[in-house]
Amino acid sequence: MRASDLLHPRPEGLYCPPGDFFIDPVRPVNRALITHGHSDHARSGHRSVLATQQTLDIMGLRYGEGFAGTTQAAALGETIALNGVAVTFHPAGHVLGSAQIKVVHQGSCIVASGDYKRQRDATCEPFEPVKCDVFITEATFGLPVFRHPPDTEEITRLLKSTAQFPERAHLVGAYALGKAQRVMRLLRDAGYDKPIYIHGALAKLSDYYQGQGIDLGTLEPATVESGGKDDFSGAIVVGPPQAFADRWARRFPDPISCFASGWMRIRQRAKQGGVELPLIISDHADWDELTATIRETGAEEIWVTHGREEALVRWCELEGITARPLHLVGYEDEGD
Amino acid sequence: MVLTVMNRFAELLDRLVLTPSRNGKLTLLTDYFRSVEDPDRGLALAAITGDLTIAAVKPAMLRMLVMERMDPVLFGYSYDYVGDLAETVSLVWPQSPGDIANHEPTLADVVAKLQAASRSDGPKVLARLLDSASISARFAIIKLVTGGLRIGVSARLAKQALADLGKVDVAEIEELWHGLTPPYAELFAWLEGKTEKPKKTALALFRPVMLSNPIGDGDLEKLDPAEYAAEWKWDGIRVQAVSEGGIRRLYSRTGDDVSGAFPDLAEAMNFSATLDGELLVGDPLQATGTFSDLQQRLNRKSVTPKIQQQYPAFMRCYDVLQIGDEDLRARAFRERRGRLEAFVQTLDPSRFDLSPLVEFTDWQALEELRRKPLHPVIEGVMLKRWDSPYLTGRPKGPWFKWKRDPHTVDAVLMYAQRGHGKRSSFYSDYTFGVWSGPEGSEELVPVGKAYFGFTDEELRQIDKYVRDNTIERFGPVRSVRADRRQGLVLEVAFEGLNRSTRHKSGVAMRFPRISRLRWDKPAAEADRIETLQALLDS
Repeated sequence: MRASDLLHPRPEGLYCPPGDFFIDPVRPVNRALITHGHSDHARSGHRSVLATQQTLDIMGLRYGEGFAGTTQAAALGETIALNGVAVTFHPAGHVLGSAQIKVVHQGSCIVASGDYKRQRDATCEPFEPVKCDVFITEATFGLPVFRHPPDTEEITRLLKSTAQFPERAHLVGAYALGKAQRVMRLLRDAGYDKPIYIHGALAKLSDYYQGQGIDLGTLEPATVESGGKDDFSGAIVVGPPQAFADRWARRFPDPISCFASGWMRIRQRAKQGGVELPLIISDHADWDELTATIRETGAEEIWVTHGREEALVRWCELEGITARPLHLVGYEDEGD
Repeated sequence: MVLTVMNRFAELLDRLVLTPSRNGKLTLLTDYFRSVEDPDRGLALAAITGDLTIAAVKPAMLRMLVMERMDPVLFGYSYDYVGDLAETVSLVWPQSPGDIANHEPTLADVVAKLQAASRSDGPKVLARLLDSASISARFAIIKLVTGGLRIGVSARLAKQALADLGKVDVAEIEELWHGLTPPYAELFAWLEGKTEKPKKTALALFRPVMLSNPIGDGDLEKLDPAEYAAEWKWDGIRVQAVSEGGIRRLYSRTGDDVSGAFPDLAEAMNFSATLDGELLVGDPLQATGTFSDLQQRLNRKSVTPKIQQQYPAFMRCYDVLQIGDEDLRARAFRERRGRLEAFVQTLDPSRFDLSPLVEFTDWQALEELRRKPLHPVIEGVMLKRWDSPYLTGRPKGPWFKWKRDPHTVDAVLMYAQRGHGKRSSFYSDYTFGVWSGPEGSEELVPVGKAYFGFTDEELRQIDKYVRDNTIERFGPVRSVRADRRQGLVLEVAFEGLNRSTRHKSGVAMRFPRISRLRWDKPAAEADRIETLQALLDS
């Protein structure tokens, strides 16, 4: 069967006609397979949802129980048949619970990778390369300028800055699911053992991570009730990026604004956002990871979605790999 | 992780460019100077102060180097996205895993290789350096060879960091500075207490200048008019002309050598002395140019003969620090003034004249003169105690500046931008405009930007206003409702206006600040652009 008959874009999302299911649909559908818990991929209101247990848990935390009619947990590596189409979830290394979805039918094999990265991350299972005919890759950082440094170097710079400016609070903007917990874990792995202060929006998810055996150390709410302004001198505070532009941030003494994101590679992005200490920590593959992964899958054909499709398609052309942009709508980069 | 020395320099540049506060920059600089060895730290210092000479590589050459190494289409996408050539090249430069060995170059290696490179093999040398460096080091290397770090650090701030490092007065650094050369090992040794202060051996060094305090409320009542001389305060730039043993230098107030921008004036310095005065343009015997005219000569490394002819530079002298071998700084102002008057008579009258004293009997009489100065380039009066020696810095008492009252205009708040550091959650930088266009279809045209002059409480009020009246958001900037019926009127004080081709309004304000919030005033009654234009023409 032709690959485009097995999976193709529809307004609701990527659709599989023989299996009658969608992958990461942006509108409520009958049956949804979900790669990970970021809100642009995991929406509420589907009749049935198939995802990893952790992704289901995260959706429950974000949308409340009853976010879907019925749910089914997919174990990693276990094949499930849906109307004769074989689907298997494989780890994507993006955030806790994230998975790629392999779809096989009548000799045709497609892997929809969702969002993924290749750098080691102690808060989730590492990406597993899966051989396939067609590999659907994201392209959030699909330009040769995006080259993420090792995350440990970035955390070293953060800790160096806290030593240089011990009287100031360091406010680290990091998305609530995945990035925030990864930053906290990196701090712990670097030997930082003081309490980390967190914005309320991070509490539930961070608790969940801790419950899944990912040790984030002592986390304290960054509330004024927990003390006066001076108590945050020298503190590291983690919160969603938008909170730091908000009045919420006024409780901290002369704060240094930091932002953990792959976008911080570009100086002008940091400057425009008023970021003083950019931390280039990303949950998406950088250019070198994207191209290496494409080679590793051995796929004859690459479909490129959300991001800078044109550069990655161009690279595939130069490498003699068939590639085309897959125009899916509705995905942002919540995870970075 | 051990950062190589080149990477530390690169990291310093990255942090300085994103750190808005002066104190933050000073901490970063002193930490760097404290923790990095010679000669790297001295070379970094020279790069920051603009004292490092490296043959420049043109952007076109850089682009060619990278195009030889990657697909031009992918480079095109990348450059379009990033927008900055040095940054794009530093990121996309292909890197084979074996390239970055344990011997990543030090700053000293990089500088030595670049300085030794001839014009023809310069690009090849650069390419090899880029091959051996990491991303941030590549960026720093490219910045060094393309000239101009543009990191928002002045030479003055770097010197202040040195002063902080050694816990000495910045004037001591300024005084020594022009006798020293990169990598400044003897300077660092002294600042770290390892050796004596370096001896001044070079000729025509800068002498730290004497500064004045503004006249505050109630100051005048305490001063005896008979003890003070008064002069006009000229709106030019403060310069020190030093000529010694055939070396001629013009220094700015902070000790930067600006001789290169004023060769016409330097040529006339055929004397042996140190003079203090105001640099102006025009002909001292005929007409003194305005500050706008002077600006044609500022911030240039070199200047064309045409501009020199159109805006000739001259110096209006008001003090003398040294004549021949005789240091006059300990003498009273009265005596120095006498020596100056005699000395200026021996100089080229088209390039040097004397700043006249203003005769007055009491403060009331001087006040009237101050209010109606005889020339637009006068911005107030200076008071100098007859018996004061020439002291370094800003001692309280001997010298006062009594400025003309600032101009004010009622403008409407148009855009607000979030601040930095303490103010990062406040909309604290304001762009304001005045009305223009025919009656019935007036539009606001932006005339300036201000980010101080208000109290913390007023800041909170404006911030709330901005948040409640936002029309559009672009990143950290909000556009605020501002039309004939609604808008926040700000009384803006400023020192003067320049013509500007860069701003749509055609004017640029000098030293604008918010002087009052006019919550009471309807937006439609704010000033019109013609009010400002009239000021420009007066």
